[in-house]
Amino acid sequence: MKELVIVSGKGGTGKTSISAALAFLSPQKVLIDCDVDAANLHLVSGAIIRETHEFKAGFEPNVDEKKCTSCGQCTDLCRFGAITAGAITTPLNCEGCGVCAFNCPEHAISMLEKQAGHWFLADTHLGQLIYAELGLSVENSGKLVSKVRQEGKKIAKAKKFPLMITDGPPGIGCPAIAALSGASLALAVVEPSLSSIHDLKRLVDLVAHFKIPLAVCINKSTLHQENTREIIAWCHSKAIPIMGQLPYSDAFRIAVQSGKTVLEMEDAAVIEEMTKLWHNLAKRLEVSTTESNIDFFRRKLNIFQ
Amino acid sequence: MLISIASGKGGTGKTTLALLLASIHSDITLIDCDVEEPNCHLFLKPEWQDQGQEVAVMIPQINIELCNGCETCSTVCLFNAIAISGGAALLFNELCHSCGGCILACQQGAITEDKKLIGTITTGTSPIFPTIQFLSGSLDIGTPSAVPLIKAIKEKVSHLAGDILLDCPPGTSCSMVTAVKDSDFCILVTEPTPFGKHDLELAMNITHLLNIPTGVVINKSDENIGDESIESLCHIRQIPVLAKIPHSFSFAKEYAAGFIPDEFQAVAATIWSQLNAKGSEGI
Repeated sequence: MKELVIVSGKGGTGKTSISAALAFLSPQKVLIDCDVDAANLHLVSGAIIRETHEFKAGFEPNVDEKKCTSCGQCTDLCRFGAITAGAITTPLNCEGCGVCAFNCPEHAISMLEKQAGHWFLADTHLGQLIYAELGLSVENSGKLVSKVRQEGKKIAKAKKFPLMITDGPPGIGCPAIAALSGASLALAVVEPSLSSIHDLKRLVDLVAHFKIPLAVCINKSTLHQENTREIIAWCHSKAIPIMGQLPYSDAFRIAVQSGKTVLEMEDAAVIEEMTKLWHNLAKRLEVSTTESNIDFFRRKLNIFQ
Repeated sequence: MLISIASGKGGTGKTTLALLLASIHSDITLIDCDVEEPNCHLFLKPEWQDQGQEVAVMIPQINIELCNGCETCSTVCLFNAIAISGGAALLFNELCHSCGGCILACQQGAITEDKKLIGTITTGTSPIFPTIQFLSGSLDIGTPSAVPLIKAIKEKVSHLAGDILLDCPPGTSCSMVTAVKDSDFCILVTEPTPFGKHDLELAMNITHLLNIPTGVVINKSDENIGDESIESLCHIRQIPVLAKIPHSFSFAKEYAAGFIPDEFQAVAATIWSQLNAKGSEGI
């Protein structure tokens, strides 16, 4: 099973729109959303939740007030400023390390497993989707990403799907690392803005650090031709393949507003470039593209030709 | 006044708004807290005042000579950052939260602490916007947690009295919470799409939890589509819409090239007047 992870560094470059469109084109795949603190893929895929699961991770201290003598030992030892003489004063500061509990002379503090969010199995018109919702202000976004991936892999294995498409998180920190580690291919979505190019370079260093194969897709390529040329030249110099170039189009925004994939908007140029992107990716990942969906696009395109 | 600019969804225009607001202020400190992917400097093109200050966290150093492989440290480490291998403790740096629990637990005195660099804080002024004092954090590639670096950069400005703007990371996880925490006011930037709205609501939950007065700016606004659903959400949550920045291809193009056009300075001025009014009310 191949794992395609769509990432970007910078947010808002079009990861989710492209993930949904690729899922639309791919005949046999499971879809997962690893942007666990701001998941969006379910909003454009008509998701109907079939299963809701609690996600527990990490720990939080629980103080037995009867045993606590307010000696202040926990306050002295806590490096995060979360506890004052037996009272958890700033729970948001607590990292769940257990130093207070392990070192309490009265054994008044116990560490309880923490409710850290939920993950969902949903049916969508793009196929089955696993996505998650991180609990309010909890750590462990990386662990929840790993959980989502693990559940996605189970489905892919059970259904003998050759591909898992991952809508990845922005950034280069723990959720991005958790989403990328061990992936078959990372597809970096970049737009021709200085910010996005800058963030791409950091992402390239990250995937190199973790030795993950990388390809690039330029989104909104017509927004700034000069920067687009610069991206192409830079990728060329780094031997990073460019799998597609999608033009700037209002179709992306309208698609999101109507809860559909961009392919269902009737923008011939976008449909053509997206189909090219999918073909290049499928070839690179050695997964098949069935005729039925492509025929569907030829039909769609014909309306305008 | 410490004002954080956050969003939930990425790419809605946090940096744009931060720069717009900073550019028309007569004396302001702007901090790029999006340390995973800092971008403000691309627009400010600052002259850096120094090489930058390296930020480190403390991680355990295990003295294998003294370690007897008793497993106490690996038992107390709730992050599973220590394992026992070949009769001695072995640390997995990336999982360590620097809590110091293993050091307290070790009876052999085999664990000490040493610095591990996680990123850099640089300071500068921009020749384009000389009234902006600028600080930027940059996380080292491969470092999982941005939290200690964001804490360090905020600590650096904690003594300042004037107006401070924080350009925060996207999302709603620990990095965003660390950046937004303790601000006097939080501006959430959104776009009028279901993605923008969904993530705005998550971000509102965070500022509510942190008890931070909040306002919303609708970027890429298009009166015909989407604005209404954001406005009704804001109405239900009793959060004011401070301003709308219209959808503009020419603006997007200038932004792509690394410029902050003066197209929306009037919008920024109305936001400042509302912020100042809130500031004088004591928020």
